[in-house]
Amino acid sequence: MTAFWILAPIMVLAALGILFVRKAVHAALLLAVVMISLAVLYAVLDAPFLFAVQIIVYTGAILMLFLFVLMLVGVDASDSVVETIRGQRVLATVFGLLLGLTLVIGISQISFGTVIGLDDANEGGNVPALANLLFSKYVFAFETTSALLITAAIGAMVLAHRERLEPKESQADAAARRMREYAETGRHPGPLPAPGVFARHNAVDTPALLPDGTVAQDSISRVLAARGTVRSAPALADDIEEIKRQLGQAPEKAPEVSGKSGAAASTEEQNTASTTDGEEEE
Amino acid sequence: MSTEPYIILSALLFTIGCVGVLVRRNAIVVFMCVELMLNASNLALVTFAKANGNLDGQIAAFFVMVVAAAEVVVGLAIIMTIFRTRRSASVDDASLLKY
Repeated sequence: MTAFWILAPIMVLAALGILFVRKAVHAALLLAVVMISLAVLYAVLDAPFLFAVQIIVYTGAILMLFLFVLMLVGVDASDSVVETIRGQRVLATVFGLLLGLTLVIGISQISFGTVIGLDDANEGGNVPALANLLFSKYVFAFETTSALLITAAIGAMVLAHRERLEPKESQADAAARRMREYAETGRHPGPLPAPGVFARHNAVDTPALLPDGTVAQDSISRVLAARGTVRSAPALADDIEEIKRQLGQAPEKAPEVSGKSGAAASTEEQNTASTTDGEEEE
Repeated sequence: MSTEPYIILSALLFTIGCVGVLVRRNAIVVFMCVELMLNASNLALVTFAKANGNLDGQIAAFFVMVVAAAEVVVGLAIIMTIFRTRRSASVDDASLLKY
């Protein structure tokens, strides 16, 4: 019973968490906690086969499927807080409490008698005993299960399949479409510009700069732009001052540079000067 | 060992799953709550198998697991299809039959 009294509060708390967390991924992880705890309880209740099946099928297959669909649907598809039916939340909570109360009171009023235990039934091992039952008394249900599984598999394939309604665009079609768009809207027919490659940032979220210093909008992915995670190109120059300050250099001491070679030479000089300054101070 | 705590835990989990189905809006979370209810009933079945000293309860729990697996596959495929056409996984949005 020790395992039960440790796991039962965890399970109830995790299950309650499913009701209250905003993000669906967190709900899935809490459900995994409940299911693994249930598997341990099965092991305690002399059901080693169900212990394995619970972990393999539920936490292994079903929850992975949930997480996979969440990934496809979008992790940020969280619940809306707006109630569509007025008072639904309150009513649902009240009815839930009533149901729970009824069940608990009902269960506590009946006596279950003495526990016989599975020592006799599990005599030759739990799995052979289950197999004996499954292939004799429940063989019809077992065979029907195969029909159910194949129906489910085909159903999922039919539901997830998307029919191609128009012919696939070939390379020649794409070229013709690009030239047509160029003629009609003036869209550049060539490939999109690559993202900017600067000295300190060469990631795809760094936009390329046009010759006049403005940002080339096409050089970054639309998804990144919509998410708002694009690095601002002019801001790349901002932290130069900060780095100079860290090196022990006053920002106003930076000279106006005219040529490329002159700039490199002057920064080298200042760097060495600053390092010697720092050593003297220490 | 007494079976009562197990059955009460099973009832609590079932109730929480029930409230979750009523309260949550996201279809996938609603589905998870259905799974929670199935699991709660499985716990009761396995407990009764131990109390009665035969394995029929465990077989029933096994069949519930098989049916749950099939149900999840089809259900998630339906949610995917609805999401693909309506760009939303909320159970409130699919209300066309109402009008």
